[in-house]
Amino acid sequence: MNEFAVQLTGVGKDYRFFSLNDVRLEVPVGQIMGFIGPNGAGKSTTIRILMGLVHQDRGEVRVLGHSMPKKQAAAKRDIGFASEDMRLYGSSTLDWHMRFVRSVYPSWDESYAQTLLKRFDLRREQRITGMSHGQQVKAGLLLALARRPRLLILDEPTTGLDPVARHEVIRELTAVMQDDHRSILFSSHNTHDIEQISDQITFIDRGRIIDCRDKESFLDRWRRIRVELPGDVDVPALPGIIGVLQTGRLAVATTNAFDVSLPRAYEAAGIRVHAVENMTLEEIFVTNVHYSREGVAV
Amino acid sequence: MLSGFVLSQADGRPMYLQIIEQVRRRIAVGDWKAGELLPSIRQLAADLQVSVITVKRAYLELEREGLILTHHGKGSVVAARTDAATQVYEQELTTHLEQAAHLAGVLGISTREVQARLRDAIEQTKPAAVKP
Repeated sequence: MNEFAVQLTGVGKDYRFFSLNDVRLEVPVGQIMGFIGPNGAGKSTTIRILMGLVHQDRGEVRVLGHSMPKKQAAAKRDIGFASEDMRLYGSSTLDWHMRFVRSVYPSWDESYAQTLLKRFDLRREQRITGMSHGQQVKAGLLLALARRPRLLILDEPTTGLDPVARHEVIRELTAVMQDDHRSILFSSHNTHDIEQISDQITFIDRGRIIDCRDKESFLDRWRRIRVELPGDVDVPALPGIIGVLQTGRLAVATTNAFDVSLPRAYEAAGIRVHAVENMTLEEIFVTNVHYSREGVAV
Repeated sequence: MLSGFVLSQADGRPMYLQIIEQVRRRIAVGDWKAGELLPSIRQLAADLQVSVITVKRAYLELEREGLILTHHGKGSVVAARTDAATQVYEQELTTHLEQAAHLAGVLGISTREVQARLRDAIEQTKPAAVKP
């Protein structure tokens, strides 16, 4: 079996005001990939390409071993897709949708669907038009999850949900991963959700992938180092430091390649290190986008 | 085995460190005995709603410390050692002392003063009965 559930290599797509360039995205089987980017970065375009909804101009796309968009019919049997802007039929009930999906996909798990109805606090008989935005998002997720697909592709699955619903969704996604043959790709600008449950993380900005690695390395490599300078001098340039904010004798240095040798090097230069701080994924993301836009190699 | 772990979102420490600490405690208080099977990595990840890679990392560190043993394909068990609890508290003491030393450095407090204050702290934690 292929070791990647999703594999994009050198993928590009040109629009009049936007282009996606040289996208490389790999989701290992048995893992959750969090796909993070600001609005308009190319997250949804990338997801549409790997679903075969949009055809790439360049590059190779393989999903569950199938070449896309050519073999999309075969690939889609095992993909559960939910996106924020997915349209369900407004005048039909959730029950109608459930029976429809069940008739198309033999893998539909009715007892799991029942459990999800309860957990997501949804009612079968309710028409889609009568549902709140959050309920519609949950309905879309239920329809994708209850098929028990090998790959879940979720575009902003937690956007617009209240904290209770978000928590339930996160719980279901982590429960899915008890089976190591299944994989999830989910895009979000909610870095908190991604930080909690993702194994791998990819940052995208302005149509390009700006960073991609496993979550633990992300959190390990980025640090803020607070220092006190001995006098009216500048913080010396050290390898791995991507930015320094200095006011008076105090400075904060940011690194994306932390190593214990960094604070030691400061100490050796007569600079007192006050603290070495961890950064949240959100801080890492924002800093990463900032420096990549400024042209600093990160 | 149910872990009964509760992770803190407001705690500044990374999730994997929190998991390590909670496993250590379970072992230290004797809830998890030598030879007992730990929850599988995927089970604990689902239980705590964190990523598999985070739990994997915590287990790797615990293995390195010798607190657990991992048999490939069979899961992880608590290592057969009796000094697990002692080792945990020993480790904690080291951490606290290091922190104290660091803070003393930040505040510019002399070694002599730190020693004196540690002595005071020890005196204060002694049971009241032995005081005159």
